[in-house]
Amino acid sequence: MPKHELILLKNMTQPGYTGSLKDYEKTGGYQALKKILGRVQPADVTQMVIKSGLRGRGGAGFPTGVKWNFLPKDYTGPKYLCCNADESEPGTFKDRQLMERDPHQVLEGMAIACYAIGAETAYIYIRGEFVLGSRILDQAVAEARQAGYLGKSVLGSGANIQIHVHRGAGAYICGEETALLESLEGKRGLPRVKPPFPATHGLYNKPTVVNNVETLANLPHIVTRGAEWFASIGSPPKSTGTRIFCVSGHVKKPGNYEVPMGITLRELIFEHAGGMRSDKKLKAIIPGGASAPFLTEQHLDVKLDFESVAAAGSMLGSGGVTVMEEGTSMVWAALRLMEFFYHESCGKCSPCREGSSWLTQTLRRILAKRGRMEDLETLKELCQNIAGRTVCAFGDAEVAPIMSTLQYWRHEYEELIREAEASREKELPMADARH
Amino acid sequence: MLKEKHQKEIDDIISRYPVRRSALLPLLYLAQREDGYVTEAAMKEIAQILKLTPPQVYETITFYTMLNLKPVGKFHIQVCKSLMCALVGSDQLIGWFHSKLGIKPGETTPDKLFTLSVVECLGACGTGPMMQINEDYYERLTEQKVDQILSDLKNTGACPLKSGPFMWPEPSGAKK
Repeated sequence: MPKHELILLKNMTQPGYTGSLKDYEKTGGYQALKKILGRVQPADVTQMVIKSGLRGRGGAGFPTGVKWNFLPKDYTGPKYLCCNADESEPGTFKDRQLMERDPHQVLEGMAIACYAIGAETAYIYIRGEFVLGSRILDQAVAEARQAGYLGKSVLGSGANIQIHVHRGAGAYICGEETALLESLEGKRGLPRVKPPFPATHGLYNKPTVVNNVETLANLPHIVTRGAEWFASIGSPPKSTGTRIFCVSGHVKKPGNYEVPMGITLRELIFEHAGGMRSDKKLKAIIPGGASAPFLTEQHLDVKLDFESVAAAGSMLGSGGVTVMEEGTSMVWAALRLMEFFYHESCGKCSPCREGSSWLTQTLRRILAKRGRMEDLETLKELCQNIAGRTVCAFGDAEVAPIMSTLQYWRHEYEELIREAEASREKELPMADARH
Repeated sequence: MLKEKHQKEIDDIISRYPVRRSALLPLLYLAQREDGYVTEAAMKEIAQILKLTPPQVYETITFYTMLNLKPVGKFHIQVCKSLMCALVGSDQLIGWFHSKLGIKPGETTPDKLFTLSVVECLGACGTGPMMQINEDYYERLTEQKVDQILSDLKNTGACPLKSGPFMWPEPSGAKK
């Protein structure tokens, strides 16, 4: 049982809650939008969000209101809001729940953001596989339009807000915001060189804000209950509010848990997710999705807020917490993630495109007991030549599993290589005997 | 031809975007719904509708894994093999499919009913091992569940084990 108040998951945990417009209105839904439309200046809404301390829930953790503020002030042409619902970071599965169980909470958040930044058109870029989610959102948009919460002159305020649902088609990289924009423009999802940033040159080269589903879902609550209330939750001043952590792997009760930021990994894994699934001990934790470096059981008391996880050498990222038990091969785990990155590299930057292939091949060789000690230096050198040398953050992400497993479990790599060397030595006398 | 059959839907899709090319992915999905994969004729027609060249359409399709350039079976089974699912047994799952359907990843059964694909993360890591068949997710899979799903799909074309609106863990007091 949660000891704290649920914010984002509150409605859907009520018995009988279906996520329909009627149900959402009964919980006070769309009152936040009513409260601000035509009554509060858009710039004041942005200030409120800045004051709340809300930071992006997609991975990078950039302050949301500050991002909005980067839009050019004197610009009068079209601006766009994109809701990033690509949810493609392995280990993350919270946005799907927010969209499928309480779609209007997301839509109201989007309408608030549209009003604040002056966008009349918004797109929800949802990953292609979430067919059910896109249908639920389509239906919710139609309901909200019918009720006057979306469409022309919303609630008679004069503000026009249109939302469209756009399905991706199966590419991890389209969660990167500029790749998302390319994809939404009907092209291959290749990240753009920045600057210019989407705030000035985004969708169709117009000022654009891209925000994650969970980020947007927080907005109605901030408007209703105030920035101070939100800023008092979690681990202020820099990590405010709750996070929905997605726990997966070798725990008893995997799933989504909404908790105030700043609880420890130990509390999340052992109190909320029920602890380890068997009597095997915890061995490794990925605290923030596949792009976050691995941590060990030594890090169980690290607080789950942006700063603490970063100080421990990893990142809070998308909130996907994966737990691995004793007996899991770390070389195998690193390879599994590396294969993912190899498959998903978009191919734009050579270090990532070629490097992900070399890293995968080298790891496969080591795991198949055909490695050599010098492979470890090769791995490190490759990683160092990928991170920071690509257009987007994918390059940094793909080296995280290898660098961190090499840091904490180098002996596992060395054991596999020693076995390889021993079997190679055994082969030598045979070779001699042939002469 | 797509245009003759779906004029209204196509117009509706195009009206959502200020720039026509944005309608490309939605129109490709429409074409795939029609034929099970994107045919060359559909690519040419979509290019014409959106005022693009056929290579512009083709280069976009090849970037995305969900668009098929070849026919697939009536039921396209896509099993997630990424780390989070692999930790809870996705490799065994792929093995069961192999033993039950006699096909390896990338292959289709001779009766053209099932195609097996092994894919990267589908965003359901807390309820693995999992798979997607056509538009539906199936989660927390066991050997028995897989048996039922395959026989239901074969016999009736639908299976009640598919996932509904997602929430995990389920709220206490929810009906089972």
